[in-house]
Amino acid sequence: MSLQTPLGRVLGSGAAGQGVAHWWTQRVTSVALIPLTLWFTLSLLGKSLQSYEAMRGWLGQPWVAVFTILLSLTLAWHSWLGVQVVVEDYVHGKAAKTSLLLVSTFLHFAAAVAAVFAVMILAVS
Amino acid sequence: MNQRPTSPHIGVYNFSYTMSLSILHRITGVAASVGFFMFAWWLMALASGPAAYATAMQALSSPIAKLLLGGFTFSFIYHFCNGIRHLVWDTGRGLERTQARRSGLFVIIAALLLTGLVLWLGCAALTRGAA
Repeated sequence: MSLQTPLGRVLGSGAAGQGVAHWWTQRVTSVALIPLTLWFTLSLLGKSLQSYEAMRGWLGQPWVAVFTILLSLTLAWHSWLGVQVVVEDYVHGKAAKTSLLLVSTFLHFAAAVAAVFAVMILAVS
Repeated sequence: MNQRPTSPHIGVYNFSYTMSLSILHRITGVAASVGFFMFAWWLMALASGPAAYATAMQALSSPIAKLLLGGFTFSFIYHFCNGIRHLVWDTGRGLERTQARRSGLFVIIAALLLTGLVLWLGCAALTRGAA
């Protein structure tokens, strides 16, 4: 006899109270990151990294800015989900676990906003 | 605790190198996360102007920073290659023991070769146009 409620069975939720959204989002962001990171890395390797003018001129172009923002947001999202799983698996103790998850969330959102803001400054000024 | 049966855990299995590759995926993932924070910081330095960018690039040229950048590069490339291996597994393919061992070996070799290539090209990009 199952102790699961009929509603719980229909929703497919376990003890976590949610379904496969976390797992699926991790996969969707990883697929998106394949072309985004390949494009960015290969482009960057062809530039003069020491030259402020060259880097600024490249990142300031509209499409480069758009895809760099997409890259930053997808990286932040994927990294946020991944670090969450690692903390949940290896950090025991509710206080330490919750604190680390909070720090990770704040850092990831801050880095994502900083990256987007920086690219927008380069693109519009 | 009473004598209720427990599910088999890591300790009951014979060690195989695919296990190290699995934990390495998590370690390199966390390292790549730190690399992402560094990337955001680098973008902010670029947006802050020529002086801030020069300071940032100066900081990145120290021996410790170079070691870190090399580590981030390997971490990212390994996580990229092994991530594709995971995505293939998610389709239900390549899960047999011999297949998983072969793909694991392939990922390690590919990651090492690609890291060497990217670091070589990266050094060229760092010295290009430098006065």
